[in-house]
Amino acid sequence: MDRFKKIDVKVLSPEVRKCNFEEVCLGYSEEEAVLEANRCLLCKKPACVQGCPVSIDIPGFIAKIKEGDLDKAGEIVFDSSTLPAICGRVCPQESQCEGKCVLNKKGDPVSIGKLERFIADYTNINNSLKIRKNPSKGLKVAVVGSGPSGLSCAGELAKAGYDVTIFEALHKPGGVLEYGIPEFRLPKDKVVKKEIQNLKNLGVKIETDVIIGRTITVDSLMKDEDFKAVYLASGAGLPKFMGIPGENLNGVFSANEVLTRANLMKAFRDDYDTPVFVGKKVIVVGGGNVAMDAARTALRFGAEVHVVYRRGLEELPARVEEVHHAQEEGVIFNVLCNPLEIIGSEDGWVKAVKCIRMELGEPDSSGRRRPQEIEDSEFIIEADSVIMSLGTSPNPIINKNTKGLQLNKWECIDAEDVSGKTSIEGVFAGGDAVTGAATVILAMGAGKNSAAAIDKYLTDKYLTK
Amino acid sequence: MFEIKKHKILSPGISLYEVYAPRVANTAEPGQFVIVRIHEKGERIPLTICDYNREAGTVSIVVQAVGRSTFQMVKLEKGDNFLDFAGPLGQPSELIEESDEELKNKKILFIGGGVGAAPVYPQIKWLSDKGIKADMILGARSKEQLILKEDIKKTTNNLWLCTNDGSKGETGFVTDVMRRLKQSNEMNYDLIVVIGPMIMMKSVSELSLEYGIKTIASLNTLMVDGTGMCGACRVTVGNETKFTCVDGPEFNAHLVDFNEAMRRQMIFKTEEGKDLLKTQKETEEHNCSCQQA
Repeated sequence: MDRFKKIDVKVLSPEVRKCNFEEVCLGYSEEEAVLEANRCLLCKKPACVQGCPVSIDIPGFIAKIKEGDLDKAGEIVFDSSTLPAICGRVCPQESQCEGKCVLNKKGDPVSIGKLERFIADYTNINNSLKIRKNPSKGLKVAVVGSGPSGLSCAGELAKAGYDVTIFEALHKPGGVLEYGIPEFRLPKDKVVKKEIQNLKNLGVKIETDVIIGRTITVDSLMKDEDFKAVYLASGAGLPKFMGIPGENLNGVFSANEVLTRANLMKAFRDDYDTPVFVGKKVIVVGGGNVAMDAARTALRFGAEVHVVYRRGLEELPARVEEVHHAQEEGVIFNVLCNPLEIIGSEDGWVKAVKCIRMELGEPDSSGRRRPQEIEDSEFIIEADSVIMSLGTSPNPIINKNTKGLQLNKWECIDAEDVSGKTSIEGVFAGGDAVTGAATVILAMGAGKNSAAAIDKYLTDKYLTK
Repeated sequence: MFEIKKHKILSPGISLYEVYAPRVANTAEPGQFVIVRIHEKGERIPLTICDYNREAGTVSIVVQAVGRSTFQMVKLEKGDNFLDFAGPLGQPSELIEESDEELKNKKILFIGGGVGAAPVYPQIKWLSDKGIKADMILGARSKEQLILKEDIKKTTNNLWLCTNDGSKGETGFVTDVMRRLKQSNEMNYDLIVVIGPMIMMKSVSELSLEYGIKTIASLNTLMVDGTGMCGACRVTVGNETKFTCVDGPEFNAHLVDFNEAMRRQMIFKTEEGKDLLKTQKETEEHNCSCQQA
């Protein structure tokens, strides 16, 4: 075999998958996983581990796959990560672990993400994960939000022996994993539910339908319910709109709305009550992962889907794999153009979008070339609906209703690097609520780091005498 | 799970539930709402809080059967459970920010239409507990839909009833009562709070603008999460886009673009209509709650 060529992973064919919500990537078989693992050089100083925000011992678990000791491989992965079956599916590995792999110099990097997914699925399916946790420390910690950051923090603290309760505003735990990322990319029952169950097995309690800042405040959690520390991981759930004319027409939706209806409320299934509307022709505005998710979801509802993005194809912020899958499925990319106005019919429904062509000018402060309008290049695209996917910002409910909690100029929670300490003693924060919309794995990394800081804080304050 | 402690059929297709939800009861304020769901496949339904009892840990809501999920919901009885009962959501009524002194010097008129009477109730009750009795116009299509009138009567000073068909109280709309009061120089209020169907709130708002009386309306827009995530509840207030769930549900009625709000309520009408027909067919054969009433 060619050491520099990766084992391709099986995927559902675009013709089949664009009509259903089944998972697109089928993952490695054991045989394929071993073959791929055998490509790994097991570097003495592994660069891949440095590229992983939760520092999984990558050569360690790959070596065990090579040896065929899959239980041990699973143990190593779960030692560093709370949600490996999820990360193996949604992490941008090309810019993290795989991006650092030495094999890049000669060919394909080791498919670390696919191997992680394989071993996590193996462990979850066979229930071979042994519960290893410290004896109870008798101290309560509250985690606000059950997205990737909250789950990872809760898992680490539970392992350390704390009595952890997660408070979730929605009716189902998982945060963006449940309401945002579609079934065809991240199966809910098979993967998300399973990894959350692993946390429950560690003793983590989850209370749904509790909106911190409304149902109960952070202050009250600490004073009335004896939580000694709180980790705020409420994410960035507030959708942005463009502020252009026609944005409140019927048929203009946030990507969050379409995805929540489809994922959390399962509008794609006839036996669920929640409706969704996308129409025959949809314009998705934006180029991130959420835009790709919205576009591919709309496509599965039977629409012709156009992604409108102001920069070029090269600049799309979405993961390469997502863009590639979207293209294969028939999503049309109208790049270097930007909406100016949404045009409505007489009865107030979306009829068309007026766009303008763009070109890339000089690089801006972020180093990306700034898109600028080309004069007199307006044109009209007809559409039945428009899905705005322009990013999200932190939800203000907690921030506004927590006395003494300092925010930064972007209205995100002001938290110390690494530890996540906030302006309130005993209150820590991490994930999108602090950074603004980012990735699952960065949020998880923050949760893990804060768990260590919370452990230290509580140990110093209550357990060292 | 959230247990139904009390159930009362207020009118055919309209039920009042007192639900055990101690966390919600503990922090609920007048003007706020909850999101409820009855089973795994049901919609998340936003409902304005109708009453709460912090000691008993209960919150009351009124449900009217309008879509598939609410049709199923009104069949629930005492001892049944809501699967989800999340809240309190939204901003509390502006009134609770004011001092007792300010409130006592204020002449307030509440206007409730149909099930809109339910969310008005906690506000008049809250005032009544402070010894302040406001006035109220309660309107409905017909006398069967004039809900909570006994409770409201106890907590208000003047209560005027009206029905479209004249089966109870004055014949006509709430705006007809407003006009009559204006003619007899009784329309001397500092504030109007109106809750009911969007079209009624629009009419009241247009008239009260003419009369120069500040008016607050509680909007019942479409919602999914109710926490600011989906933006389905977008509404234009004074040329600014607001989210009803986190910025509202109460807004200065004179600044609300009611035409847009009414149009946006219809987004899923066809989809919901389909479901409704299906449900009605199912219930025709076995419809206990309607017969009881």
